Amino acid sequence: MNYNINKKGYYGYFGGAFIPEMLYPNIAELRENYLKITNDSAFKKEFDELLKSYVGRPTPLFFAKRLSKKYNAKIYLKREDLCHTGAHKVNNTIGQIILAKRLGKNRIIAETGAGQHGVATATVCALMGVECVVYMGELDIKRQAPNVARMKMLGAAVSPVTSGSKTLKDATNEAIRDWINNPLDTHYIIGSVVGPHPYPDMVARFQSVISEEVKSQLKELEGRNYPDYLIACVGGGSNAAGLYYHYLNDVRVKMIAVEAAGKGIKSGKSAATSALGKEGIIHGSKTLLMQTADGQITEPYSISAGLDYPGVGPMHAHLFLTKRAEFISIADQEAMNWGLTLSQMEGIIPAIETAHAFAVLDIKKFKPDEIIVFNCSGRGDKDLETFINYFQL
Amino acid sequence: MKNRIDEVFKNEKKILSIYFSAGHPNLDDTVSVLKNLQKSGVDMIEIGLPFSDPLADGPTIQKSSSKALKNGMTTEKLFKQLEGVREEIDVPLIIMGYFNPMMQYGIDNFCKRCKLIGIDGLIIPDLPVNVYHENYMALFNKYGLYNMFLITPQTSVERIRYIDKISNGFIYMVSNTSITGMKNTFDETQIKYFKRIKSMNLNTPTIIGFGISNTETYNSSVKYSNGAIIGSAFIKFLEEKGVEKTNEFVKSIR
Repeated sequence: MNYNINKKGYYGYFGGAFIPEMLYPNIAELRENYLKITNDSAFKKEFDELLKSYVGRPTPLFFAKRLSKKYNAKIYLKREDLCHTGAHKVNNTIGQIILAKRLGKNRIIAETGAGQHGVATATVCALMGVECVVYMGELDIKRQAPNVARMKMLGAAVSPVTSGSKTLKDATNEAIRDWINNPLDTHYIIGSVVGPHPYPDMVARFQSVISEEVKSQLKELEGRNYPDYLIACVGGGSNAAGLYYHYLNDVRVKMIAVEAAGKGIKSGKSAATSALGKEGIIHGSKTLLMQTADGQITEPYSISAGLDYPGVGPMHAHLFLTKRAEFISIADQEAMNWGLTLSQMEGIIPAIETAHAFAVLDIKKFKPDEIIVFNCSGRGDKDLETFINYFQL
Repeated sequence: MKNRIDEVFKNEKKILSIYFSAGHPNLDDTVSVLKNLQKSGVDMIEIGLPFSDPLADGPTIQKSSSKALKNGMTTEKLFKQLEGVREEIDVPLIIMGYFNPMMQYGIDNFCKRCKLIGIDGLIIPDLPVNVYHENYMALFNKYGLYNMFLITPQTSVERIRYIDKISNGFIYMVSNTSITGMKNTFDETQIKYFKRIKSMNLNTPTIIGFGISNTETYNSSVKYSNGAIIGSAFIKFLEEKGVEKTNEFVKSIR
């Protein structure tokens, strides 16, 4: 079984490009050029250089001593939270901004939910001196004021989205509509491994630097370049895709994807797409998504804004269907508690998204010599207010 | 087997086709909108199957679509409303909707129901031509349903030729690089694009949509193609004046 994308842009049954004809030229341009451009040595040089000097890569692979002792396994944290702007998101926006320049685009649009991808996009646009418009649901703008301010400081225009449920999925719709209206000068930087082909593959490739580094770092630390487990949280799934990428076809490595159960899978307030979703089409991709029996896309819920996407990237839908990855869902409360636990046991305040992944330690039993790598995908600064209110800090 | 779409293009050189969202303004308005449109002399009608996430539509259709969903519209309800509609409605009927609700209904079932009701064709903006060609064309043919495709000012000549080759019914020319919505006039670039397509002498008739809202844009459309499709402007009118006044709207166009 091959877990990479095939020539037609599918991961097994999932993926493809279900787009209106108006987007066809843009998507075709991207599809025909993304590999050519990103495999070019000048591109690689610029990308690697910026990841090093601007993002701060390689990020450490940190041995979590106290966690390892308590849970009786060798636990490592891939410190993506130490990236510039506070999460792995910037790996992708750096790649896409260089690509956009090479395609001759001088205007960037993006969607954002919690604001992390919006900030990462506004950041690279400032870096390159390119116009930037970020679509954000009106509700999210209210909930994520500090990130809205960050984007504005960085010179981006934040465009409030009032359609539909006024959250991430509607912001994505609105960004796509903008692209339809501005097909010539604009590049759309999608923030996750979602959307029409080639986006899922392109974003996964930009994030694959995570597993590339894990490979060489593990070799140095453990004398072997693969772990027994890779564990990451999944909303759209970009940090997980980056962590899995170079191990997808290495079956010695087990993968665990952690989704947000919200208030519980059966509560009607959840974002656990693998448990609640059915195959369908969202944002131009055939994948698993949460929807009514009638095919209307429903609004997910999670306390972490970065995980409440009603779909999941087609790569993950394929990993789920083929059972290559095990999918576990974690409720708000467990995730919030792990926000505290990780802070107090390792001195790392994680993003709430990231905290979901660690809750696997309460569920799965590991052997003492097993090597487990968590993607510590983002830092918790953006979530302080939520933590303050939740724990009455 | 004859398809009403072919008939209407054979007999009428200046088609006026009207789009509306099923279940809007009120859930049970669907059939009464159809009757009023036919009585007002429109040549063809597109029934919008509402979707929560209509990517290719502007604010007016987004709103009518979500209002229809709030009113309780579903695929099954629409089919129920349309049962027996052919006793009274003779104009070609097209269902226009996004692919996901059709997938959930089951494509085969969906086509079968359309056939039984007397639907002549479908427009599915997010079902790409090649996916249709490879996976669904045989099924549509089996039920005698036409599937119409869009082209835009950005669509390449090769692709237009390909679309022309596998098309039946008509080709839906998107007037502009845009989502749906109203504009008052066409600009020079658009007219140039209309002329370019006309000079290609396609086998399939063409009909212009997106941005048509008045006599002027209707007249230019039928000058360069076989007809015009109006959506947003009619939906706005329905909201303001109500279904019974439909005739007034159609008279204001031609």
